Amino acid sequence: MPIDQDAPLKTYQDHLARDELAYQFSHEAGRAVFYPRVLCPFTGSNQLEWRISKGLGTVYATTVVHPSEGKPFNVALIDCDEGFRLMSRVEDIAPEQVHIGQRVRFRVHPAEGDEPPFPVFAPVESA
Amino acid sequence: MMEGLKRGGAAIVGVAESDLGQVAEGLSVFDLMAQGVGRALDDCGLKLKDVDGLFSATTQSRLSVLGLAEYLGINPPFLGSTIVGGSSFEYHVAHAMGAIALGLCNVAVIAYGSTQRSVGRKQASAREINPHETPFKPFLPSSAYALAASRHMHQFGTTREQLAAVAVAAREWALLNPAAWEKKPLTIDAVLSSRMVSYPFTVRDCCLVTDGGGAIVVTSAERANALKKPAAYVLGCGQSTTHANISSMPDLTVTGALTSGQAAYQMARLGPQDVEAVELYDAFTINTILFLEDLGFCKKGEGGAFVSGGRIAPKGSLAVNTNGGGLSYCHPGMYGLFLLIEAVRQLRGECGPRQVKDCEVALAHGNGGVLSSQATVILGTQATL
Repeated sequence: MPIDQDAPLKTYQDHLARDELAYQFSHEAGRAVFYPRVLCPFTGSNQLEWRISKGLGTVYATTVVHPSEGKPFNVALIDCDEGFRLMSRVEDIAPEQVHIGQRVRFRVHPAEGDEPPFPVFAPVESA
Repeated sequence: MMEGLKRGGAAIVGVAESDLGQVAEGLSVFDLMAQGVGRALDDCGLKLKDVDGLFSATTQSRLSVLGLAEYLGINPPFLGSTIVGGSSFEYHVAHAMGAIALGLCNVAVIAYGSTQRSVGRKQASAREINPHETPFKPFLPSSAYALAASRHMHQFGTTREQLAAVAVAAREWALLNPAAWEKKPLTIDAVLSSRMVSYPFTVRDCCLVTDGGGAIVVTSAERANALKKPAAYVLGCGQSTTHANISSMPDLTVTGALTSGQAAYQMARLGPQDVEAVELYDAFTINTILFLEDLGFCKKGEGGAFVSGGRIAPKGSLAVNTNGGGLSYCHPGMYGLFLLIEAVRQLRGECGPRQVKDCEVALAHGNGGVLSSQATVILGTQATL
């Protein structure tokens, strides 16, 4: 069997390495799909088009994790303007300052060693 | 979806916990399951040789039902190991009921065991990497439920004090249950001032980390009539899964309990107003609020006010989590079996100081993953058939 498709995760991370937040769009469903996958969860179609987000979104839910060692940090769910949600964190402000409804902008947390790049956000006013 | 199952077609006839809390050193999950199986069979007067259906789920054995069958020395023709988190056992009840109706088995035993307190949470369940969540280091499962709580607080004005009221009510019930882990009273202030885990949850908003296990015995309604104790008939059941990971949950304020509950009520031809003992999977304080709403005991968004003022505590107007719940009784990793055990005991009138008076209908609602898998089982006495 020839390899006819890159792993969706690899394509996604390759985009991140180029400072791009990529997502998929299902024409059949007429809506965004995230996380990236090989079948549309709304229609079952395998026709998913890669698109690049403008990187703007709104905090949907937020928590402050208090680890047993180290400083508290933010974990949030972000609704991107293109209509998909992802887990991330909001940086540049104190974790308890992050609030639902806050407008945020994407940036890349670069790869470190074996750890691939991942998307983080900062408040729009400070980005 | 569940229209193939007949209201009251099967019954839970035997229930038992294994040792709970911090169990003896060296006990395995199979030792705990087997304790539960032996005690649950004694409870109904059936023998191991009667068991022809076997179900189990645990995070500590990949092929747990094989291990359990070997341990018990039985070769049941029907096996089930659906594992969808803490609600697995409510799924097992529906699956056992279906198998019994089809004649694939007649006496099904559903067992659970965990030694997570003794061996540590990290040993008890393998860490899974999700490339879209793990980089952000959520403290799972707590942070997932905390995200849901943040949304509920934002949309409906639910407060930390209202969340704490759930923990306080659970503790008051636990003080009436000799088997409960927690033995001391709890106040709202004590919940709020405890160690923060993942805002808005302190450690007192989170379930216990205990060892424990148990088993229940399910058989046909015909056979149930002839056994030792009054049977708890399965009047309705329903299941719903909305996601696996919290970042894929469609609406963090509405759980699959809405769908599973409607299916269970429809099959039972009953509504929330008919339920006298409500056993809800309270892994976190927000759970009780979400499930009271989604199962129709109050309107969406009003759960915070509903749980306040002792309404769900002993002597309140609705008996919720009468054993003390996962918050104060026990929580050995997956708690769903204990909801069923308590519901059956309430229907039998075995609960001593925490007994709900004249209890004829009880509801057990299991939750698995991070609000991911929801399963409702409505049980009733013979009078409800």
